[in-house]
Amino acid sequence: MTELDRPRTASSAEILLQASGLHTYYGASHILHGVDFHIRQGEAIGLMGRNGMGKTTLIRSLLGHVQPRQGCVNWRGAEVTQAAPHRIARLGAAYVPEGRGIFPNLSVKENLVMAARSGPDGRRDWTYERIMDTFPRLAERLDHMGGQLSGGEQQMLTIGRALLTNPQLLILDEATEGLAPLIARDIWQIIRTIRATGIATVIVDKNFGAVRDLADRCVVMVKGSVVFDDAAGRLTGEVVQKYLGV
Amino acid sequence: MDFAFVLIQLLNGLQYGLLLFLVASGLTLVFGIMGIVNLAHGSFYMIGAYLAWSLAGMLDSFAAAILLGVPLTVVLGMGLERLLFQHLYHRDHLYQVLLTYGLILVFEELRSVIWGDDVHGVAVPALLSGSIPLTDNLSYPIYRLVISGFCLLLAAALYWLIQKTRLGMMIRAGSSNREMVQALGINIKMLYTLVFALGVALAAFAGMIAAPVSSVYPNMGAQVLIICFVVVVIGGIGSVWGALLASILIGMTDTFGKVLLPEYAGMSTYLLMVLVLLWRPEGLFKRG
Repeated sequence: MTELDRPRTASSAEILLQASGLHTYYGASHILHGVDFHIRQGEAIGLMGRNGMGKTTLIRSLLGHVQPRQGCVNWRGAEVTQAAPHRIARLGAAYVPEGRGIFPNLSVKENLVMAARSGPDGRRDWTYERIMDTFPRLAERLDHMGGQLSGGEQQMLTIGRALLTNPQLLILDEATEGLAPLIARDIWQIIRTIRATGIATVIVDKNFGAVRDLADRCVVMVKGSVVFDDAAGRLTGEVVQKYLGV
Repeated sequence: MDFAFVLIQLLNGLQYGLLLFLVASGLTLVFGIMGIVNLAHGSFYMIGAYLAWSLAGMLDSFAAAILLGVPLTVVLGMGLERLLFQHLYHRDHLYQVLLTYGLILVFEELRSVIWGDDVHGVAVPALLSGSIPLTDNLSYPIYRLVISGFCLLLAAALYWLIQKTRLGMMIRAGSSNREMVQALGINIKMLYTLVFALGVALAAFAGMIAAPVSSVYPNMGAQVLIICFVVVVIGGIGSVWGALLASILIGMTDTFGKVLLPEYAGMSTYLLMVLVLLWRPEGLFKRG
């Protein structure tokens, strides 16, 4: 292994979010089968797997939207397994969900400012002005209703809104899904920019190549279990073939 | 019919309509945001009126009764939401109707136990008991103008709260995507408790300030509840601005109906509802 293959983030960086032995159910269906997961400060993780393998359920379990029946979740070492979603968000976790989750009945500006706040450490790296600079397309449409935006603009809005909470962790679930290739490229560029600012990121996306290029580490899930968790450089074509079926 | 007479009817219609709005705004807010059909909403109007009567008697001041009564109803609203209503958010409307109908009976019974079954009058505060002369023999009571003034003030405050503040944005966002609101770090449970308590306090406040003109009597909530549902349906379910417009329409229709077509007065507001629904089945304003 060459030095290039090593994760870019020192493995000694503080662990931001850690889950161990998660078992999550939806009603009677057993979705997560003892998942271990962790992300360090500033690290970028590609979370991969075919549809229905439990990626979104893992994210929802980490963020408190669904309570795991077994296992625990820690944020900087403090247990948050039973914590309400808004508490975990206030600790510094931001979520860009699949399907985007903009508020169609609020204007673009209202979508952005409704939850804007300083980060948990009091830092305010992402201001309204900076979001306007980063997403000039949004700046042109501030008075539009969220529901009137195109798919790409909605995605920018969701990402911009998440950044305005000044998070330490940003989870992007299928951020480029359903977008035209050119728009998807813009979104990838934005994700790269965010990544460079040192916010830890979890990226779920169908574009495995792009994820691998961006991530320090890749985690692959099959049927509710983690089957691969290693440096992105070690995600060989063989692994992709076997677990992701491309 | 001379100008002064029409003016008096207009003012009466406006005052009645605005008062209805205070009650209906809470009903439509709670329905639009939490999805709760609250049949017990009229009871809060009654509770307000009885509180005003009994507190005014105890404190010997109508203003003090309101100042003390409103916080009490806020606490009542928060308690009810925490204890009962929050368990209904994910349930079918049938459960909501069952519980809230049950609450009407409970509130009526409690009212009977605590305050008795008599009809009571509440004196208009001395300071506001005068009238403004309009012509030689027609005048308009100041207190009714004060009611309209307070209602307009509250309607404006409600507009500002919902449209202009971050709290209002969160409330509106909550009606479209509850989970996303939480994911942004907002305590939606607390938000819902506040909205519910606000609705209760508005209805109770309406009952309080109406007490001197309408008197205080058993079952007074039921009448208001029915007409408020008419307001909510005409205005468009969940729309506060629809409720404002519909309330004033109903206030005018009811008032002028009684004057112009007294034999059909009981039907006029329902006729209005039928006409509006034929024209716009979803009400004047669609939710959103």
